[in-house]
Amino acid sequence: MTAALTLTQVSKSFGDGAARVDALSDVSLTVTAGELVAIMGPSGSGKSTLLTIAGTLEEATAGTVLIGGIDVSGMSRDDCARLRRRSIGFVFQEFNLLAGLTAVENVALPLELDGVRARAARATAARALDDLGLATRAERFPDELSGGERQRVAIARAVVGERRLLLADEPTGALDSVNGEGVMRLVRDACRRGVAALVVTHDAQLASWADRVVFLRDGRMIDQTATSAGPESLLAGARP
Amino acid sequence: MSVRHALLALLSEGPKYGLRLGQEFEARTGDVWPLNTGQVYTTLQRLERDSLVESDDDVEDGRQKTFRITGDGTAELDAWLRTPPDDSVPPRDELVIKVLVAMRLPGVDVAELIQTHRRHLIETMREYTRLKEQAGDDDVSLLLVADAEIYRLDAVVRWLDTADARIKRLPPAGEGTARPTPLTASRRRVGVRR
Repeated sequence: MTAALTLTQVSKSFGDGAARVDALSDVSLTVTAGELVAIMGPSGSGKSTLLTIAGTLEEATAGTVLIGGIDVSGMSRDDCARLRRRSIGFVFQEFNLLAGLTAVENVALPLELDGVRARAARATAARALDDLGLATRAERFPDELSGGERQRVAIARAVVGERRLLLADEPTGALDSVNGEGVMRLVRDACRRGVAALVVTHDAQLASWADRVVFLRDGRMIDQTATSAGPESLLAGARP
Repeated sequence: MSVRHALLALLSEGPKYGLRLGQEFEARTGDVWPLNTGQVYTTLQRLERDSLVESDDDVEDGRQKTFRITGDGTAELDAWLRTPPDDSVPPRDELVIKVLVAMRLPGVDVAELIQTHRRHLIETMREYTRLKEQAGDDDVSLLLVADAEIYRLDAVVRWLDTADARIKRLPPAGEGTARPTPLTASRRRVGVRR
């Protein structure tokens, strides 16, 4: 199976000479379909840089980035933008919905930008909202929705259509714990439907929803969690 | 976890057999805290000795003994529920001691040690999160127990993150290391075992 995202020995530097800052050094990472991977690290560890490179918003200084098996290095800006629209969904802490569009219009927008006819895009968007339990909120504007609902709309927009790679930056950061948990349950549901998700966070609770947690420090991958042993492992040794 | 008070709480709903008390204790705590039958009966005997519960005196052989809460037992339960847990003196946390010891040992990479513990804690948090994921929305006992463990582990991870950041800012050994200030009463108190 082709990986949704493959980073091979990716490095990213800013500036030159004495002012050079190595934001990422030699990072290799693969996220397969259906997998939820969290990137954890303190501020300045390179998490957000990694996400912007994975999302083709920024180019790596060295190494290769494959999105669905397609090498993005050397791709034109237009080709990158097209690949991004079709393959990648973004979710940010502050939702980033367009205030002048309803929920369903926000979700339909990337499809329409990609050439899907308005009626078909709207029908697909309505189904995506329905999947996330937001059918009755489809005609509401963002300021008429709660924070949790806005983030669910953002997730619907991120996975609508054929998009199979979801990139999220602290997606629960602006939500209370119950709504944050609801958002992560939706991300897990999306992964069960075959979406690959990469979430960057400094929050251990959010990271604990992931299949795998990768730790960054000073731009380098320093560690990652082992495969889950399953919740029954919690009871090992607990029985008297 | 006070098994003693949990059994009083179950008996406050009405008289029950010892075996049923054990089963209900496990069910109400989301099956996360297993309790063996011996523990149940030993605790019931102590509660009876302290006049907090009473049982049938004239049980025929082979029949289970029924326990019921007394007036003193109800008062004890009420007082326990309203008494805040004793958090005024922190326990000697094993992880805190390990990090403090590691900082003094030559050749130990403290950041690597902290990362080892951080990874282990997050792996455990992941299993509790899976438990929540598999639980039904109506299984509130299990959800609350899992939440409590996740928050507890999260607090330890946050402490590790803070320790990591503080240690990273320290000057290299031998370069202007501050002399420890004398122990004050409050500093000593932090180290007192509960």
